[in-house]
Amino acid sequence: MIKDLHNKLVSGELSAVELAKKSFGTIEQKDEELHAFLTVMEESALRQAEAVDAKIKKSEKIDLLAGLPCALKDNMCVTGVKTTAASKILENYVAPYDATVVSRIKENDAVIVGKTNLDEFACGGSTENSAYGPSKNPIDTTRVPGGSSGGSVVAVASDEVVWALGTDTGGSIRQPSSFCGTVGLKPTYGRVSRYGVIAMGSSLDQVGPITKTVEDAAIVLSRISGRDELDATSAHSGNKPYEDYCVGELKGAKIGIPKEYLGEGLDDDVKAVFMQAVEKYKELGAEIVDVSLPHTEYAIATYYIIMPSELSSNLARYDGIRYGGAEDVEPQTVLEQYLDTRGKGFGPEIKRRVMLGTYALSAGYYDAYYKKAQKVRALIKKDFEDVFEKVDYVFTPTAPEAAFKFGAKVDDPIKMYLSDIYTVTANLAGIPAISIPIGTVDIEGKNLPVGGQLMGKWFDEEGILNAGHTFEINS
Amino acid sequence: MELTKDDVRDIATLARVGITDEEVVLYQKDMSSALKYFDKLQEVDTEGVEEIGHITGVTDVYRSDKMQEMSDDGKKIIMDNIADTRDGYIKVKSVL
Repeated sequence: MIKDLHNKLVSGELSAVELAKKSFGTIEQKDEELHAFLTVMEESALRQAEAVDAKIKKSEKIDLLAGLPCALKDNMCVTGVKTTAASKILENYVAPYDATVVSRIKENDAVIVGKTNLDEFACGGSTENSAYGPSKNPIDTTRVPGGSSGGSVVAVASDEVVWALGTDTGGSIRQPSSFCGTVGLKPTYGRVSRYGVIAMGSSLDQVGPITKTVEDAAIVLSRISGRDELDATSAHSGNKPYEDYCVGELKGAKIGIPKEYLGEGLDDDVKAVFMQAVEKYKELGAEIVDVSLPHTEYAIATYYIIMPSELSSNLARYDGIRYGGAEDVEPQTVLEQYLDTRGKGFGPEIKRRVMLGTYALSAGYYDAYYKKAQKVRALIKKDFEDVFEKVDYVFTPTAPEAAFKFGAKVDDPIKMYLSDIYTVTANLAGIPAISIPIGTVDIEGKNLPVGGQLMGKWFDEEGILNAGHTFEINS
Repeated sequence: MELTKDDVRDIATLARVGITDEEVVLYQKDMSSALKYFDKLQEVDTEGVEEIGHITGVTDVYRSDKMQEMSDDGKKIIMDNIADTRDGYIKVKSVL
């Protein structure tokens, strides 16, 4: 899709301004109901588009992303633009600098149309935790789009933009992609800089693309990845032209199917769609191998200790002094000011996680919770090391079910957490994983999308992108 | 592990989060059930296992210790984000 649009721009069949206006037209028409966007940046987007058209007119070479409308999850800093992380505490926060991913796409002349909705501070799997109201699934508006990058996924799925960026700490790019029928890639930890991205769980967070096709995800990844001196945890290995690796040939590849991902809790219809996709891979010449990841059952508990611990530490900066305005009540002491600002500024799920994290890190409990979880995490990583000795990729459903109804899980945090069961392991192990559409299930007369997840070896984004691309062009 | 209401109040103060009496009841239930769920990890034998530091093993990251000037626009945005300032300084409640 990106390459087609690029060719049309270069040939003069379309202009970047026309594309931007079309994007704003679609937002105007659909977003009141879908609520993908928190901020729309019409003026700056049109300026960016005009600049691209001027380059084309002068026959200057333009990048594949140039002139194409895109959206950013509202936890990425864009200079001079409100960046709220969908939290009330950052309601009036304006970013003073660009995140590295933002400056990279700006250098490539991408047209940034706006900032998208998410669960507050990226904590959730449905966008129901946004302080500004949820986004809706464009396929069935009575259902959640998934989360936390729900707004970015809805913007792509409903053609408001060509592509978007999301962040993924435990599945926040892949699960909503599964629910809305888009492609969503979480790169290897460190592949993409986190500088200027509002931190959630720093040892887990990754930025990644949300697109209509696998090749498009590869094109975006090529442009945002690579070492960044401003993020000490970013990886030293260089970025690559990932799209060149999407060759559409898989013969001889070994794909592992882990038995732990097909057991209790997996919806029967989703399983049937997944098993058809496995058959498809067989037809395409891949060798299917049964494998085991024995520590999978401990992944959710491990994740829900590590992530809140890191979250509570990252969110300590929202103190009502440097961020978050003073409330109408005039507090007397610094402590009262903290309690008041954070008590009113954070939503219920953030409070729950910040308190859990604070508890898990507190004196006397650190060894039993955080340290123990980081040890189990080492075993989860070891499981993947062992499996990748035998196979090239691991293939699983992305989520145990299709998109659920609004309100279905809000009263039961553990039930909500369990919907991350197939995605958190890639974050814990640090490996790359992509969700691709593999079919639909018919629920109440609607064809709800189902995603399949391909997980790869550390830094083998090109492998899973090619495996996903090969499936896509043959279905 | 069951938390008492006082435990929840203590944790909230440590976390610098003001919570109402109704919230104390809610979080007592939610946090106790989460902690009970975490007990599952005690089944795992982690004897001799080294805990994860950086997941892909990045160590010893250096950068040049050089100050970078921020633009005046950037500085202005930073100060505009702050609730209370005076003469270019951040105003806070007295700590002592």
